[in-house]
Formats: sequence, structure tokens, C-alpha cells
Amino acid sequence: MAIDDIAGLRRILTQSRVVAVVGLSAHWHRPSYFAAKYLQEHGYRVIPVNPNYTEVLGEKCYPSVTAIPERVDIVDCFRKPEEMPALAREAVAKGAKVLWMQLGIRSSEAARIAAEAGQDVVENRCMKIEHARIMGGLHWAGVNTGVISARRSA
Amino acid sequence: MADRRFGFDTLCLHAGQIPDAATGARALPIYQTTSFVFDSADHAASLFNLQTFGNVYSRISNPTVAALEERVAALEGGRAAIAAATGMAAQMIALLTLARNGDHIVAARTLYGGTYSQLAITFAQFGIDVTFVDADDPAAFRAALKPTTKALYAETIGNPQLNVCDIAALADVAHGAGVPLVVDSTLASPYLCRPLEHGADIVVHSVTKYLGGHGTTMGGIVVESGKFPWDNGNFPQMTEPSRGYHGVRFYETFGDFGFTMKARMETMRTLGPTLAPLSAFLLLQGIETLHLRMPRHCESALAVARHLAAHPAVEWVNYPLLPGNRYEPLARRYLPRGAGGILTFGVRGGKGGGAKAGERFIEAVQFLSHLANVGDAKTLVIHPASTTHRQLTEDEQRAAGVTPAMIRLSVGLETLDDILWDLDQALEKSQR
Repeated sequence: MAIDDIAGLRRILTQSRVVAVVGLSAHWHRPSYFAAKYLQEHGYRVIPVNPNYTEVLGEKCYPSVTAIPERVDIVDCFRKPEEMPALAREAVAKGAKVLWMQLGIRSSEAARIAAEAGQDVVENRCMKIEHARIMGGLHWAGVNTGVISARRSA
Repeated sequence: MADRRFGFDTLCLHAGQIPDAATGARALPIYQTTSFVFDSADHAASLFNLQTFGNVYSRISNPTVAALEERVAALEGGRAAIAAATGMAAQMIALLTLARNGDHIVAARTLYGGTYSQLAITFAQFGIDVTFVDADDPAAFRAALKPTTKALYAETIGNPQLNVCDIAALADVAHGAGVPLVVDSTLASPYLCRPLEHGADIVVHSVTKYLGGHGTTMGGIVVESGKFPWDNGNFPQMTEPSRGYHGVRFYETFGDFGFTMKARMETMRTLGPTLAPLSAFLLLQGIETLHLRMPRHCESALAVARHLAAHPAVEWVNYPLLPGNRYEPLARRYLPRGAGGILTFGVRGGKGGGAKAGERFIEAVQFLSHLANVGDAKTLVIHPASTTHRQLTEDEQRAAGVTPAMIRLSVGLETLDDILWDLDQALEKSQR
């Protein structure tokens, strides 16, 4: 199911713990590294997926999603849109609950493959930015989070 | 399920502030602190690398100031905002994030006098060249473009000429050249006009005026739409590794709020005209009633304009929504809820001509306040030629729309009949 609202994103972010970050770079100034480091610092277990490395951010790096020997909740993709359908099939084979396509990445075919297998699908959003927008943090950068609530922040 | 689109009035009260996590305080806490402790050495490193969001030092960000930033961003329909110490500081932060030594800006000739001086005098010292053109003529903006142009700059409602800007037409010119349109919307406030909805890319405000509304506190803000394509080749400072912030590529890393991050981490961090937390708190108290105050300002200003237009001691009245005003069509398009609280008029020249009669009028008002500000809850009155535009030559004054006899009125929230009474008795004395 396509998820794009605050309540749906909040559910994904609170119910998930293990994130396979596909296309994670080992260079500290790359956006994928920024995002993965942020996720680690906010309690997520990050599993790097990139055939070019053996280890990133202190975690063993795997060549593909299906090569990961443990449970994966979210497959977070920093790859080109044309690679997304194949990645969606990998995410389905792995039994992940969420296929997350990063900012600038959309693929209706990948979304269809994942949704038909019962996965939640997020397109064209950064997991770090959405976490910071909804769970706090991004507000401090002056960003319009869209959150209107009279409940205490988390 | 789609997120609810909350109304403007709700945003005036809630956007950017959910109850404090630590205490549950419903009102906005004032974080009167310069600095914030790090959880660990690694946390500190992540904050400095911008890999996590948080507060380090109040020159860069502060939770109380952030509430103001998010609230105005929400009211303008923007993606992100950065507050500054004053409106002048805000426009400087916006423009210095876009233009550097050797670059060029095209600006409306009718800008507020202080802005004109900032662009014409101070920016020239930085090696930034500004061409001033007829604010009513989008073709003049286009004709002034150079390969080095980095922004177009105009005011929603010019001060004090009260010319209304054709925002969509200027946005077309700007986007045709691959540069953003920056609009100062101080005199409209987001209640009357949201320039981003008409194609502007960046909005700046003197929050001191209608947004704050109480005349106690200085502040400024820059809001970005999040829609400008910074990777169009004209803004390498947004796409190339930053020299000012150890190699970060702001657009790639922060996307639709990359401009605000660059403005914060480079321009604001190094120049330093930050808004104080207490000021942000005070300005937010004003914003909570913006939607109640603006209709009254507009209603009373229109009534005053009509009254003065029929007054024998008044030569002329300028208010965009008066029938026959040359900006009435643009005002009906861009300011459908009202044209704000500012109007100008000329006192009929009695003894010594219009300028002398104007001075006698200013001397004679009883509770209308003679001071150099606009957008206060109280009615304000000033003679621009001898005050706000005094630094300009008479020719420059005329180019900025200031004539010797002009009186500028910022109509406040007092009993309308009392405002009219004070105007009448002072006009009567001006003619003696």
C-alpha cells in the first residue's frame, strides 16, 4: 500500500527497527551516509547493501538484499528508478515489510510489485528527513513539518 | 489517508509549536540559552557534520526561534524559513546566499528607503551590482538581466508608493532567466497575500510590522518555497561542495530546504544577525492574532481613505483599493482580502505650500503617533521626505515615490471614529 501521510509514515517509523540501506556510500559527505548515520543514532539497526564495500558505519556490508542473513523491516533504496523493480522483487523475496524509495526516486512498477506482495511503499521521500519531520529535529532547522498537535512531542 | 489541510487561522495559533517534550508547557518556552550540551563526542560530531538535526549554538538555531520560523513558513505555504534580527538582516541573508562579488541583482526602484540604501550602497561595497528598474514594468526587469544576474527583487506592496507588484509576471521573467524571484511581503503579511502561490521563490518579511503587530520587537524572516531548481547551472554554490561548510552539497543533501540550510549554516552562521529567543517569543504572541487584526486594519484603512478623499484639505489620497487607483486591478488580483493598513495622502498647500502644511498636520495630531514604523496596532503617521527617505536626494525620493507633501498613515486598531476625528482636527489646523 502506498503511504504518504503523517499517520502512515509515523506507523512505519515506529514499528520498524532493521533497515537495509541499498546503495549506502562509505563517503561521509554523501546523502546516503548522512541518512544512515542519522538512522543509527535514532535507534535503527542499519544493514549496508553495496557490492563495493565490506563494511560501512561499523556494520558488515552485503552485496544484495537477499544475501542478508537476518530479518529486514525496511529496504531503503538509494538507487536509480530503473533498478527499482528488481530491488522490489528482492525486498519481497527477503520478506521485508516496507519498500522505501528515497528522495527523487519513483517507480510505479516497483511500487506495484511491492504492494501486490502486501508491503507498504514510500516513494520520493528521505527516511531521515521524514523521521526528523515527524518525530522531531527537522523543526529545529526551520522546516515546515506540517505537524499540528496538542500532544507533547516524543 | 491524506493529511488534513489546516486553515490559516489554525496555523496562526499552532504551526511550529507542539507542547514542550520536557514539561508539557502549552505556551512556547523561551529557551534563553546560548548553547546546548552534546550527548557524546560522536553526537557532537554528527551535529557539526549536519548528519543529525539538533541545536548547537543559538547563533545558528534555537528552539524558540524555530517555532517562529516554522510558523511563518506554514503561513506563507513555504517549505522552510530562517529568522533574522531585523527585516533588513533577513533580506541581506536571503540575497547574500544567492549573490556574491561580481554578481548582479535586478530590483524594483520603489523599494523602502532602507532597502534601497542596502542594495545601492552597501551591496556595491561587496561588489554586488544592483540595477533598479520601473516596478510596474516586467519588461524592464527582463531588459536589465545580465549573465551574472542571481535574483529579481520586489515588494508585494511598495513602501511608501503603495504600488502593487505583479508577482506572477515578475516570476515569469525570473524563471525565464533561471533565477529566483525574491519578494518582500511585509506590508501584505501572509494573511493578505502569499507570494509563493503566485510563483515567487523566496519571501522575506520585516516581522516587526504586521506579523508581530505590537511595535515592541524587531525581527525578520526568509521563507523558501522549496520549488526552485537550484541545479539549473546558475547556482554552483548550491550544488558544488561548500567551502563554507566542509564540502556539503546543500541541494543534494537537503533537497527542497537546501537554500534555507545554506542560508543558516553559511550566511547566518558567519555574519551573525540572529534573532534573539525572547524576540521570537514576543513576535509569536503577535502572530497568534494576525488573522483577527489584518481584516480590521484593511477595513479601517479603506474607510479612512474614503474619508480623506472627500476632505477639502486633502489634495490626493493613495490607497490601492480606492476606485480609480492605478493599482486597483493588481490589488483585486493579489490582495483580494484587503490592501493593508497603509495609505498616503497630500495635505492641500496652505501657507508655505504642501510640505509646510504637512508638517503643521503632523504637529497637530493628538493620539496618532509620529514615528518611523508601520504595521503597529496603533495608528502611525510620518512625513517620509523629512524622515525615512531623508538620506535620498529629491530626485531619488521622487523615483521612490516620495513627494514633498506626502503624509504616510499606518492605520491602527483604534475606534475608527476617533481616528477620523484626530485626522479632521489636525487637517483643520494644517490649513491655518
